[in-house]
Amino acid sequence: MTTETAPARRTIRIGDRVFSGSTVVAGCLILLVLAAVAVFLILQSIPALVAKPGTLPNSAENFWVYVWPLVFGTIWAAAIALVIATPLSLGIALFISHYAPRRLAQTLGYLIDLLAAVPSVVFGLWGINALAPFVQPFYAWLTENFGWFPLFAPPASGTGRTILTVAIVLAVMILPIMTAICREVFLQTPRLHEEAALALGATRWEMIRIAVLPFARAGIVSAMMLGLGRALGETMAVAMVLSPAVVVNFFLLTSLNPNTIASNIALQFPEATGIGVNALIASGLMLFVVTLIVNSIARLIVRRRRAFSGAN
Amino acid sequence: MKLERYAMSLVLLTVSALTLSACAANEMRQGPQRASALSGTLNGIGSSAQGPAQTTWIAGFQTAHAKVTINYDPQGSGAGRKSFLGGSADFAGSDAALSDTELASGSKTCAPGTGPIDLPNYISPIAIAYNVDGLKDLRLDAKTIAEIFTGALTSWNDPALARLNPGAQLPDAAIHVVHRSDDSGTTQNFSEYLKAAAPEVWDAAVSQTYPYQIGDAAKGTSGVADAVKNAKNTITYIDDSGASGLGKAQLKVGDEFVRISAEGAAEVVAASPTAAGRAENDLAIAIDRTTTAKNAWPLVLVSYFITCVQYQDPAKGVLAKAYAGYITGDKAQQDAATSAGSAPLSPALRAKVAAAVATIK
Repeated sequence: MTTETAPARRTIRIGDRVFSGSTVVAGCLILLVLAAVAVFLILQSIPALVAKPGTLPNSAENFWVYVWPLVFGTIWAAAIALVIATPLSLGIALFISHYAPRRLAQTLGYLIDLLAAVPSVVFGLWGINALAPFVQPFYAWLTENFGWFPLFAPPASGTGRTILTVAIVLAVMILPIMTAICREVFLQTPRLHEEAALALGATRWEMIRIAVLPFARAGIVSAMMLGLGRALGETMAVAMVLSPAVVVNFFLLTSLNPNTIASNIALQFPEATGIGVNALIASGLMLFVVTLIVNSIARLIVRRRRAFSGAN
Repeated sequence: MKLERYAMSLVLLTVSALTLSACAANEMRQGPQRASALSGTLNGIGSSAQGPAQTTWIAGFQTAHAKVTINYDPQGSGAGRKSFLGGSADFAGSDAALSDTELASGSKTCAPGTGPIDLPNYISPIAIAYNVDGLKDLRLDAKTIAEIFTGALTSWNDPALARLNPGAQLPDAAIHVVHRSDDSGTTQNFSEYLKAAAPEVWDAAVSQTYPYQIGDAAKGTSGVADAVKNAKNTITYIDDSGASGLGKAQLKVGDEFVRISAEGAAEVVAASPTAAGRAENDLAIAIDRTTTAKNAWPLVLVSYFITCVQYQDPAKGVLAKAYAGYITGDKAQQDAATSAGSAPLSPALRAKVAAAVATIK
């Protein structure tokens, strides 16, 4: 008995060729662009990195003295934003995936996605004209009654344009992406896990706690990291809302707030000359590094629990 | 199939972008098309304070000269001077005249052996604006302003303020100072004024960056105006054009209190001497910040049109001469006053500028 096997002939189709070629090009292109940006940043930064004392802006002694308050402000503002946005986005995502009736869930999902389409200038205007005047009395009250708590140290800002206000604006801006990811991850929880939990007598909250959240942990972390990445790099809204100063402090409610790197570049670049431009570009390089570190950490965490992650 | 659709949309996008930009360029040129011998393109970079005025001037100039395109990119004074000296801009708009080192370095735009000159083309009074319930016509002198803006005077009912404002309803509240968070010519002129008029209090150097770590900072004229409008008991310095809706303080000049006015600002500039030791026809002005003339408003920003005496490219010279003459003329200055809230140059200063413009080649 002979078995007729089809001759193993490899047919090469033009479509395959073109497609694989274009993906390779795309992959290389992104590396090239990244490399080009890095080279540009480094080359332009060198004069600021080796600058003599007294030539840098803010009469900083050297570049590290200049950039440290900015790095601190960037991380601090993004961290507060994350603290505000994480529980909110988890709650919204859980509501959509496990609590809300289907139709309501869909509408809510659309609305949240709509938030992502609002330009940051609009968020900035909202922060200046609506949010800041609204929260200012609360800030004044907090400093009066809880001024002993280091974060709420007086004097309260007269305009409400503090780092906490900025963090609230940032939190609203990063909500959509975080909620969207969390929702997708929650929806991927195996149905069997959930039903098993319910069958064991768990209430809905207990089911979420023992079946959904552990499964989604890596996804939640990557959602947080994406949100953090966006908050770190946000420029316009921060530049418009924040009342910046050259300081390093943890006070949430005063007029003197550490500025963020991106916002500082936006504010100072138009009138910067000479070494000032180099200093701004070098601070951009620092932001590049910070973001790279954040993304690497996210990757690491996600990879550790790859099997369960819905985000890769 | 998919690829085609993408390509299609890309083509569409490109075409529409081109069409739109073509529209933008042509928009300015509609209207009566008189025959004009001028043609070509003139590129300027510089001060954002001049931006709105330049937009008005460009529209007016291009209406009169249909074949001319003027571009003005309000990147900032520093960027403007740098580009002009480096040869990548045909003129600069700057809130500060060229420094001695910049003059010495010369400009690649100009013909070898000739230097650039500064021509004042934009004057804007700077107001001290505030938002305090029930307080009208706040009166201040330079020393008090300096004390408020350095953080030495922190309460609205401070005796020093009460002495200047007898009978006024001064609230028992903290003064919230608002200043610019971005570098600006407004800050530079404000600090220049205080450095000259109250040197014992204002001990920081004159700079585009606000030098003291006090109060709130906000971005741009509009940001500062918003911050003051939205919060009570605030005070700031701001281009007069951005101060509408806010209380404006009177300033003690000599022995009298003066209200802010475009004429007062223009008079101060006209009466001030030109800076010493500069090229002929360079009209960099050393503003007399401590003037005591009647109705003078010495808290003023002067911005310059920086141009070559002789351009490397004679065609550019013809254009620059025509444009400089136009924007410092009576009509253009009045137009800018209407659209941008600037103070028109006084006739005496206009005559001096016209004489300098006549030498541009």
